[in-house]
Amino acid sequence: MGQAIAFYGLSFFILFFAVLVVSTKDTVHSVLFLVLDFLFVAALYVLLGAQFLAAIQVLVYAGGIVVLYLFVVMLVNLKRPPEAYEDPHRRTNLGFALAASVLLEVGAIATYGYASPAPALARASEVFPVSGNTEEVGWLLYTSYLIPFEIASMLLLVAMIGAIVLAKREL
Amino acid sequence: MPPGVSLSDFTYLLPEIVLTAGSLLVLIADVLLPRGSRVLPWLTIAVLGATAAALVPFAGEHREIANGLFAIDQFALFFKALFIFAAAMTVMMSVRYLEIEGASPGEYYFLILCSTLGMMIMAGGIDLITVFIGLETMAVSFYILAGFIKPNQRSNEAAVKYFLLGAFSLGILLYGMSLMYGLSGTTNLRVMATAFAGQERDPRLMLAVVLVVAGMGFKIAAVPFHMWAPDVYEGSPTPVTAFLSVGSKAASFAMLLRIFLEGLPVMSADWRLLFEALAIVTMTIGNLAALTQSNLKRMLAYSSIAHAGYLLMGVVAGTERGITAMLIYLVVYSFMQLGAFAIIVMLRRRDMIGDELKDLSGLYQRHPFAAFAMLLFMLSLGGIPPTAGFMGKFWLFGAAIESGYVGLAVIGVLNSAVSLYYYIRVVVFMYVKKETTGSEPTMSPMLAVTVAVAVVATLAMGVYPRLLFELAEASAQSLRLSGIAAAIR
Repeated sequence: MGQAIAFYGLSFFILFFAVLVVSTKDTVHSVLFLVLDFLFVAALYVLLGAQFLAAIQVLVYAGGIVVLYLFVVMLVNLKRPPEAYEDPHRRTNLGFALAASVLLEVGAIATYGYASPAPALARASEVFPVSGNTEEVGWLLYTSYLIPFEIASMLLLVAMIGAIVLAKREL
Repeated sequence: MPPGVSLSDFTYLLPEIVLTAGSLLVLIADVLLPRGSRVLPWLTIAVLGATAAALVPFAGEHREIANGLFAIDQFALFFKALFIFAAAMTVMMSVRYLEIEGASPGEYYFLILCSTLGMMIMAGGIDLITVFIGLETMAVSFYILAGFIKPNQRSNEAAVKYFLLGAFSLGILLYGMSLMYGLSGTTNLRVMATAFAGQERDPRLMLAVVLVVAGMGFKIAAVPFHMWAPDVYEGSPTPVTAFLSVGSKAASFAMLLRIFLEGLPVMSADWRLLFEALAIVTMTIGNLAALTQSNLKRMLAYSSIAHAGYLLMGVVAGTERGITAMLIYLVVYSFMQLGAFAIIVMLRRRDMIGDELKDLSGLYQRHPFAAFAMLLFMLSLGGIPPTAGFMGKFWLFGAAIESGYVGLAVIGVLNSAVSLYYYIRVVVFMYVKKETTGSEPTMSPMLAVTVAVAVVATLAMGVYPRLLFELAEASAQSLRLSGIAAAIR
């Protein structure tokens, strides 16, 4: 029951933010809503016991891919609606506050992290005994699915060569 | 815990390993060789030859390897040989074309080899993961190859269109595949077939079938998922268009047969109906649209859409005979299509793109051999005896009638009659119209060999089809057809 509520709740937010992504006029806002959307999808993975997938979702999608999107949005210099320019310093204080809180947190981790020693690495398997964690995925990739894994490396090589071919100047 | 992969699994993947190593060799050789060296195409052909040689020890083999990720059987072997042959013909017609376009050849040959690798994995895979990763390897290579002539805007447009629509269709296909996995709990197609037994009326499974049909429909360019094909075929470099229309289509049909005949026999009533509708629409719209084209590559694009419709008849029949006919037609189609594109490559010169219908005018006076070859390919595409195209269509329509799809066969025959109009129009331009350009087209020796091979194959398979028939029949028999046979009966 609890899981069903959590599932429908998360699904609602995923759909809600997905609609916001396509309906906002400001492209930067749209990308930021996408980050939120990805985070909720990651939460859905955690709910299913797939912690590894959730971590990858946050790292690769919310982290890497969205940064790429932001670069593209800034490079193509889309026209933003005029209200975005009304006061450039309006949110400066908010930005400072956020930066300060992140710094505080980093500082706190640095201080207390060393004060109390981290739990031994061997206990990681006791914390996540469920299947779907990193160990399990790694095991499958290097045993049963070794050959598709190897082919995927060829696929990535093709993509890399392709990017070079399309991006380089004519010699 | 499932056991890992053993060393013997890798020996069965020898052709794929040779091809991978060879493609890397080509990539490195491109850097090491001096500029203007002409060794690279020969090296590529040598790699393809070595891969073909590595296929030989597995003739007659019939087993699953790597915990059911790949099947080593006659069906896979048949397709792998076809891909290697098509790739070699493509390389042979590419040499002068690349010189004229001023494109750097190294990565081009590497990408041709990588797309061939992807196709081989698609044909051998009996697991959703394997076929999907093969499909991706092939598709990504083709996205880049389509846009390989960077200064050419049409080439850029082709690449972007193919990439965007390809990614979109892949999403649909993956959604269907994920439903199949979710409902059966396995990605192996053969295990899946038993897991689905008795679930014919599950609406979720029906949704999965519809989504996979749509995704595969894009890959084989069936109407209404064909809109990318004319633009991509027209804009891509001509040898790439040839390889795309032959290799990509054959590989997608191999994957389609594996998924539907081996993985989803219980749903055959649904997907046969879907494919029947697709076949009718694809044949009719493809042929009607081809009638009005004045650009040769565009015309051949619509003609290849129509041929996808004919080929789907074999899937609809679903019998061993239907699949045999399909395999035969795929080989026949490959040779006549590659030959026709080789002639278009020949017409490309520094001052002329050569892919308009009027560029062919008076070809008979200017280059009788090329005109004769093109005449033969056009007659074969139209299905006139004694060419191979006639034999191919004969078996396909025959298989459809035998399975009780008489209406489908009649529509197919009517469509072939319509298609004759635009194939014969090409012949009229070559033999009747006066020449307008005034310059002599020349064939490089490699291109001449390509055309000659295609001519000989088109005639030989039409006059003496027995050998091809036996090979195709053995390949069709090696598919696991017990499920579909039970479902149809």
